[in-house]
Amino acid sequence: MTVPAEVFPELSLAQRDRLTYRRGQARRSRLLAGSSTVVFLAVFGTVIVLSPGWERVQSQFFDLQVARDSLPAIAEGFWLNLRVLAFCAVLILVVGLGVAALRTLRGPVFAPLRFLAAAYTDIFRGFPLIVLLYLVGFGVPGLRLQGVPTSPVVLGGVALVLTYSAYVAEVFRAGIDTVHPSQRMAARSLGLTYGQSMRKVVLPQAVRRVTPPLLNDFVALQKDVGLISVLGAVDAVRAAQIEVARTYDFTPYLVAGLLFIALAVPTVRLADWVNARAARRQQAGGLT
Amino acid sequence: MSDDGSPPNTVPVLEAEGLVKRFGSQPVLSGIDFGVAEHEVVALIGASGSGKSTLLRCVSLLEELDDGTVRLDGDDITDPRADADRVRSRFGVVFQAFNLFPHLSVLENVTLAPRVVHGVSRAEAEDRARGLLDRVGLAAKATEYPDRLSGGQQQRVAIVRALANEPRMLLLDEVTSALDPELVGEVLRLVRELKDEGVTILMATHEMGFARQVADRVVFLDDGRLVEQGPPEVVLVDPRQARTRQFLARVIDAGRL
Ligand SMILES: Nc1ncnc2c1ncn2[C@@H]1O[C@H](COP(=O)(O)OP(=O)(O)OP(=O)(O)O)[C@@H](O)[C@H]1O
Ligand SMILES: [Mg+2]
Repeated sequence: MTVPAEVFPELSLAQRDRLTYRRGQARRSRLLAGSSTVVFLAVFGTVIVLSPGWERVQSQFFDLQVARDSLPAIAEGFWLNLRVLAFCAVLILVVGLGVAALRTLRGPVFAPLRFLAAAYTDIFRGFPLIVLLYLVGFGVPGLRLQGVPTSPVVLGGVALVLTYSAYVAEVFRAGIDTVHPSQRMAARSLGLTYGQSMRKVVLPQAVRRVTPPLLNDFVALQKDVGLISVLGAVDAVRAAQIEVARTYDFTPYLVAGLLFIALAVPTVRLADWVNARAARRQQAGGLT
Repeated sequence: MSDDGSPPNTVPVLEAEGLVKRFGSQPVLSGIDFGVAEHEVVALIGASGSGKSTLLRCVSLLEELDDGTVRLDGDDITDPRADADRVRSRFGVVFQAFNLFPHLSVLENVTLAPRVVHGVSRAEAEDRARGLLDRVGLAAKATEYPDRLSGGQQQRVAIVRALANEPRMLLLDEVTSALDPELVGEVLRLVRELKDEGVTILMATHEMGFARQVADRVVFLDDGRLVEQGPPEVVLVDPRQARTRQFLARVIDAGRL
């Protein structure tokens, strides 16, 4: 079945043949992918439903009544997660950018600052978040210093910011490194100071380039805000835990998990879209 | 600038004395003295790697000198107490690779320095920028981004961006070498117009024909030394120095004169 000449009258016969062939190939791949997915899901579902323990698992993890009853408490906890997420995300961007900028400073005067910034990123990228949460969450209140917050929410947020800023600083630094030195030279030649060149010329280009990896880090942060529950903050995970203890049913965990997924999906889609757009631009050779 | 044909000021616009620059242990400029007078167009010629770009970057304080003094209108700009950022804004530097800012529109490229460095209001800066763009025939491109322009258009925008700062003089570093042959003309025409308006220009160039037509003086650099300088009719046609003759012979072989 060749693409009819009426549809593409301007195309040569050879090009129409090629189009026809490609369309046939695409149709076959789609068919194959679709049918194999259906078969896989059917087999997977059957194995689970026919497993000896399915009845018990179903009542313990998929109890609609429990889900409905636990939802308000978990949703309230989730609202806390959202607020922590928003605060932390903004702080992480600011601290990360600041640390990255410090690492680009040149000259012997700034050597101590550069060293501190480098040490910070090295240490906190390597440090397990869960350990840091315990250290900050239980260690800082243990100091009993006047005026230092003891709330698990604040301290959990501090631990998240410390860890994630180190990652984000590295992302920003990589972005800054991709801006060609001639851009900085052009800016300086116009009389812009080091700081002005950074703010007006280097950082805007760097930030554009690192938006996709930053969004990935944001998705990871969305899940990790649930970790403040280990300090006792009543977030979605902790609220679910309380409900589980109350009902002897694991469904509340599933409810909390679904809420996190609902939050992540739009961000993941956005990240994909931004990535695809960046790739297209790269192909076009432009940057804008 | 001012009326043409007047005798050059007694104080040169630019004056370089004993410039020395090394990259690591490699000497790139080994004691260079020269000056550029008001309204004068000086062409820097020399083989690739002879130090032309380095010289331009050193006098405009984009590169730190290892020794020597540069004076702009008689002021020692290599004095560490001078405000280097201010000094840089008094030179209009145009690079071989244009170096336009890809994230800014043409208009934003041109108005950035007047606004950020000189505190000119947005409206005024844009007004002046549009005037300059109109002059070089690019008014219609004001809102485009650099990657949508041809090389020749980009280079003309780069020249306009340098002019928007109202510099004391222009430093042009091989502004046509990155261009396709058919685009070279439009940029050279603009440089010639600027000369006719009395703009003081120091330009590194491989375009010997253009240097001959436009330059008041040609300076030949070889291996970081100033070997010969003088009117183009002499340096480019009947040079005194053997090194200059060798260089020109190679250029003629390559079909560039
Ligand atoms: N940043 C740098 N670091 C190390 N060496 C450099 C640097 N910039 C220039 N050089 C060296 O200095 C010498 C002079 O370079 P320069 O770019 O000034 O030459 P040029 O005359 O402009 O050459 P071209 O005609 O190819 O542009 C070359 O040997 C070059 O390798
Ligand atoms: Mg050069």
